[in-house]
Amino acid sequence: MSASSAFNDEKGGSSSVGEPEYGHDPASGGIFSSDYKRHDDLKEMLDSNKDSLKLEAMKRIVAMIARGKNASDLFPAVVKNVACKNIEVKKLVYVYLVRYAEEQQDLALLSISTFQRGLKDPNQLIRASALRVLSSIRVTIIVPIMMLAIKEAASDMSPYVRKTAAHAIPKLYSLDPEQKDQLIEVIEKLLADKTTLVAGSVVMAFEEVCPERIDLIHKNYRKLCNLLIDVEEWGQVVIINMLTRYARTQFLNPNINESLLEEGGGGEKTFYGSDEDEDEDEEEKEKKAEVAAMAKRKPYVMDPDHRLLLRNTKPLLQSRNAAVVMAVAQLYFHLAPKAEVGVIAKALVRLLRSHSEVQYVVLQNVATMTIKRRGMFEPYLKSFYIRSTDPTQIKVLKLEVLTNLANETNISTILREFQTYIKSMDKDFVAATIQAIGRCATNIGEVRDTCLNGLVQLLSNRDELVVAESVVVIKKLLQMQPEKHSDIIKHMAKLTDNIQVPMARASILWLIGEYCEHVPKIAPDVLRKMAKSFTNEEDIVKLQIINLAAKLYLTNSKQTKLLTQYVLNLAKYDQNYDIRDRARFIRQLIVPTEKSGALSKYAKKLFLALKPAPVLESPFKDRDHFQLGSLSHLLNAKAGGYQELPDWPEAAPDPSVRNVEVKESVFTLLERVTTLTSVPEWTKCSSREKRKEKKVEKPFYSDSEGESGPTESADSESDSASGSESGSGSEESGSGSESEESEEGSESEEEEEEEEEKDKKKKKKELKKPVPETESEQSSEEEDRKIKRKSKQRKSDSESESDEDEESESESSQSESEDSESEIEVKKKKKTAEMKPPSKPVKKETKKEKKEMSLLDLDDFEPAPSPQVTPVNTFLSNSLVTDLEGLSLSDSVLSPATIAPSSVLKNYELLHRITGEGLSVEYCFSRQPFSPDANMVAVQMQFTNSATSDTKNLHMEDVKLQSGMRVKEFPEIELLSAGETAMAVMGIDFCDSTQAANFQLCTHTRKFFVSIQPPVGELMRPIFLTENEFKKEQGQLMGMNEITEKLTLDAKCRNEHAIVQRVTTAANLSRVPCGSDKECRFAGRTVTSSSLVLVTVATKEEGAAQLTVNCEKMVIGTMLVKDILLALTQ
Amino acid sequence: MIHSLFLVNASGDIFLEKHWKSVVSRSVCDYFFEAQERATEPENVPPVIPTPHHYLISVLRHRIYFVAVIQSEVPPLFVIEFLHRVVDTFQDYFGVCTEAAIKDNVVVVYELLEEMLDNGFPLATESNILKELIKPPTILRTMVNTITGSTNVGEQLPTGQLSVVPWRRTGVKYTNNEAYFDVVEEIDAIIDKSGSTITAEIQGVIDACVKLTGMPDLTLSFMNPRLLDDVSFHPCVRFKRWEAERILSFIPPDGNFRLLSYHVSSQNLVAIPVYVKHNITFREGSSQGRFDLTLGPKQTMGKAVESVLVSSQLPRGVLNANLNPSQGTYTFDPVTKLLSWDVGKINPQKLPSLKGTMSLQAGASKPDENPTINIQFKIQQMAISGLKVNRLDMYGEKYKPFKGIKYMTKAGNLCQFRLH
Repeated sequence: MSASSAFNDEKGGSSSVGEPEYGHDPASGGIFSSDYKRHDDLKEMLDSNKDSLKLEAMKRIVAMIARGKNASDLFPAVVKNVACKNIEVKKLVYVYLVRYAEEQQDLALLSISTFQRGLKDPNQLIRASALRVLSSIRVTIIVPIMMLAIKEAASDMSPYVRKTAAHAIPKLYSLDPEQKDQLIEVIEKLLADKTTLVAGSVVMAFEEVCPERIDLIHKNYRKLCNLLIDVEEWGQVVIINMLTRYARTQFLNPNINESLLEEGGGGEKTFYGSDEDEDEDEEEKEKKAEVAAMAKRKPYVMDPDHRLLLRNTKPLLQSRNAAVVMAVAQLYFHLAPKAEVGVIAKALVRLLRSHSEVQYVVLQNVATMTIKRRGMFEPYLKSFYIRSTDPTQIKVLKLEVLTNLANETNISTILREFQTYIKSMDKDFVAATIQAIGRCATNIGEVRDTCLNGLVQLLSNRDELVVAESVVVIKKLLQMQPEKHSDIIKHMAKLTDNIQVPMARASILWLIGEYCEHVPKIAPDVLRKMAKSFTNEEDIVKLQIINLAAKLYLTNSKQTKLLTQYVLNLAKYDQNYDIRDRARFIRQLIVPTEKSGALSKYAKKLFLALKPAPVLESPFKDRDHFQLGSLSHLLNAKAGGYQELPDWPEAAPDPSVRNVEVKESVFTLLERVTTLTSVPEWTKCSSREKRKEKKVEKPFYSDSEGESGPTESADSESDSASGSESGSGSEESGSGSESEESEEGSESEEEEEEEEEKDKKKKKKELKKPVPETESEQSSEEEDRKIKRKSKQRKSDSESESDEDEESESESSQSESEDSESEIEVKKKKKTAEMKPPSKPVKKETKKEKKEMSLLDLDDFEPAPSPQVTPVNTFLSNSLVTDLEGLSLSDSVLSPATIAPSSVLKNYELLHRITGEGLSVEYCFSRQPFSPDANMVAVQMQFTNSATSDTKNLHMEDVKLQSGMRVKEFPEIELLSAGETAMAVMGIDFCDSTQAANFQLCTHTRKFFVSIQPPVGELMRPIFLTENEFKKEQGQLMGMNEITEKLTLDAKCRNEHAIVQRVTTAANLSRVPCGSDKECRFAGRTVTSSSLVLVTVATKEEGAAQLTVNCEKMVIGTMLVKDILLALTQ
Repeated sequence: MIHSLFLVNASGDIFLEKHWKSVVSRSVCDYFFEAQERATEPENVPPVIPTPHHYLISVLRHRIYFVAVIQSEVPPLFVIEFLHRVVDTFQDYFGVCTEAAIKDNVVVVYELLEEMLDNGFPLATESNILKELIKPPTILRTMVNTITGSTNVGEQLPTGQLSVVPWRRTGVKYTNNEAYFDVVEEIDAIIDKSGSTITAEIQGVIDACVKLTGMPDLTLSFMNPRLLDDVSFHPCVRFKRWEAERILSFIPPDGNFRLLSYHVSSQNLVAIPVYVKHNITFREGSSQGRFDLTLGPKQTMGKAVESVLVSSQLPRGVLNANLNPSQGTYTFDPVTKLLSWDVGKINPQKLPSLKGTMSLQAGASKPDENPTINIQFKIQQMAISGLKVNRLDMYGEKYKPFKGIKYMTKAGNLCQFRLH
């Protein structure tokens, strides 16, 4: 034993000396010369108990892997160290494991338990890294374990772990595609995630696993748009590309009218002799389009969601990451109205100053874009000028772009520029330039002669390659107007003596043959010379000599008969069989014999048929059917896994699919009641303050345009009611910035809709409209008036006239209702006006409320939820409560119910309208005691049947619960007729855990799997404690049961009122009176086990604060801390 | 996304490979080598090469090809941009990104690559996060490591990845709090034979070196922000604020970073700070050519033009050049025909010139290509566009930082005089 350890030491010593040598001379291969032995000593080092030796060994092994050497025989020795304490050793072992696990599946299994342990670690980063390695091991046996781990991690509290889960999804999918369905479920879940950290990764998983499931995006579309700016750059690229595809399926072509115009005036295209069939096609198309246009007549109105996407991606053009800029550019190219596409040009031109690889890709895309939208890049013409230091491939692409950009006005500058290029030393580039000149000449009639003359001058260039290229291009140009240019043909005939490049010689011969009538004297002479040198020519030239001979024989047989015979005889014995064949064929064709059939009569027609001029067009033409910026576009061939960019739909799909979240929004039952009578004052105060604040406040990250947009996106993170609001909110802000035209449009759309659905209930219509707020000011004003009228009818005490001036503001509805308030409230308002504004969502809630209300009014729809909160409560704002508490009223006066915070209840979606086939179900935790069983949490469900047929026998079945949990089912709803809404309450005993309750919701026809998962804050009920009681209880819950967190309060949450508001929203707790104004205290008991939950928020200067939670149940405590922390900091 | 990465050196050897998914045989690089052979110049290897089963996307930096192997559709720029980011990271870590440096630090390189990509999708590319995970090797640390057996891998967990400001490390502390900003402008121009400008544009960057304790929140404002036509930002800059007020507001990353790159609007006329007088002639039939070049300063607002370097690719027919510089030194490489003249500083009183003869191939005809002249120069203390920083303020921390701003103008890669 001692001997072996001594040996180890010795080895270790020697190896650490050996290492630098190894590092410096990697090519020596010394290590591998005695592979066998070396590996032995590595094994011994790995077996030692010294970390430094292990590390040394692992470093050498990794170096072997890096060099592509096989180190697989070390697997058993390495895998043992997977649980090593030393982080670097561990990491290197992971590297090794991931590399070789596939080859040594059985042994790799040894390591799995380590990772499984890691998955349960309290530290999120360790959980994440365990999942990362576990999912990277490509061993099929562990697929179920991976699946389980991913599922678990997908609902992990830490967004970082969830991100890792998203990364793991494609790994598992590539390992076992059969898991697809399960993985899609996970993806669906993660797509709903509201953190920026997860968004990019999950969309990437979506793209790899189920890009066809575009329906999964609907609900998350607005959220993704709003989060986009804060997602890390790589994620942005993936999301933008995906959203481009999404938008193509969901919105209408914004250029629909213009594309008609384009085609109408598309005479230019046909000018240069495309095939006649094509012309017909085009005409047909035109006709069809016209018919379609007539049929439509409908002015195009951009979907607000479409606008949202364009608006939120635009700032990303400023990204430092070329891939992001390109992604936005392609999005604009494919989705934006023609007038707006221009913004991308500047950013793309900027990319041209980047690395040459970036330039290469960008230029390819610019080349495609310039064909469709030349005007866009014209101002940047000079940016595409070529520098002598550019690599050839860049030069050629720039030439392509310049050629595409050339038009009547700029052609002279471009040609001058081309002229300097011809003198370049890079011959490939010169050749490309000559080609480019040729293309300019064909495209722009005015300069054709100039170009031709220039090219003819080049014929006397000393460089043969230049001359050859010119000949080829001139040949093409001459085909357009041969009769004018017989002198050029003569000039070229002379060149045959000097020019040696076969392609050029062949071109000249073809020209002379084709237009021999224009040069009757020279042509036979050329043939004579060629006949002389026939045997020494290249094949391609020989073929053209035969052609020339044949053509001359047909036109001028007198002079050339013998020559032709001679040439054909030579060709007959040529080595190349093509030439021999051609000679035989032509002889039969042109020399009439008895045997030759009818064909020889037509020989002249065959040979001297009028040949259409070649169309010189860009190789980038029509490449835009590939999504720009994609690999497939670059290669002009479909790459594996490429998702076609779909064509625009004929008619827009239902926009309300993205709308679901609106219903998920935050609103209070309480408010529902109150708005009918009066507006709670804190709402008003907030909206007032808000308006002032807006101008000062600058959101931290987001750069989206509309004023309130960014803050909204921040909100969407904070409140779990999610992106719906943020979506609608920023649209709201956008409506102002939109052009008048579109506003008018939206109005007209509305009218149309009205007509269409006149017979339907108005309420339905309201629901269908995606975002009521986006309507133009006018219409919203109208709406407001409606509301007002209605509310006036209801309110007995309504009084003041409508203030027209105030109405013009967007928040007019609120100000109006303010007016109609009673005097008492005005007093209260004064009181609260001194307070700082509460959190932002409040404002939106009330806005929603307004809609809700109008909706109710229109239908004479009674507020469904039973008014669970006494009206008294509604008049007691939080601030008032505190005021009263300040007076130290005893608890007997203020019953707990009264103090129950006037917090918001969140509505969660249980069943979406689409998946529920018309039946939608929402639920909220009503925070009321569940009377049949006090240990249960009351869940209030609202069923809405938006289908056209009745739904019967709504009930629950097949309840699946974790052990200990119980459910009290809601009574069966026998009939829910179309358009009706019903309420039901069920009770769930969650056993103080956040495990979901899964069950099936059954109708007479269908069953839906649904699940309810409670936020931790809903697992408790408020209790009332006095200050002393609180302190006493807190004293008993110290140590392990106390969790303290320091935090910095959100800027909008620095007053007591806001803190109370946010804490009570996050958790069902009640306020405990407190002498100090620096502290807010809350108390509650968990529903099942009645464990005390005490929360203290102590505020300090400058927004610093300390949050303390005392709770017997540590898990609940930890989760609660997290939730409250989130509520207070965002 | 990215399947594997191969590093290929100038002589065509694969000296490092890394796989993120299943292993791709290195024989896939044969397609790359083929393309490399076809290309006449190293930079003419197409960045994207399709092969039967894979696609190769490569970048060339520091004479090393970084060849990424991908299997399915992915935006090529995504990969290219990422590869450049990898190179930048290596450079950041090892000072240089050469084959030797990579081979010496192969383990660190491997660890970095492991962190930067997960299953081929970028995970941590911010240098601040990476440095928290893996400490860059320094001589001192290498020595300590060999003696004590401690590691380069940070003990901390990558908390930066969880932060809302992922680009900034937490718990930064400095005794001297400093923030330096370099405004560097580059002129790209093409000037024709007669000295008139064909194109000229100014492109600038603001590089920052910020060493401030805690979480400082900086704002930087310009005297004349309207000059900036097109800008791209480091992710830390609040775009909204810029849009509204033209003020750069940001929580800076720790250490060196590029805050902003901008383009000066093309409406502004660009004054090229140097001019060239030239007379290069080849006579027909003679084996001699004359070469005469004089440089002079122009519109430099009294600032000296320094570090001037003239280079020109002479025609292939030129065998040798026998020139006489009035200052500086020149070299002529008869193989590549590259003439370069290190001028140094331009003295307006005594203009630098380079005169002499070129010997041509005997009997060969007069070369018809005319050379172009590329010029490099630097002017300290001046931003040629006239951009000026107004003030820099710091919020969020109590101490007073030391602030410094430096201006510089230099020739871009493409400051070129055409002589034909």
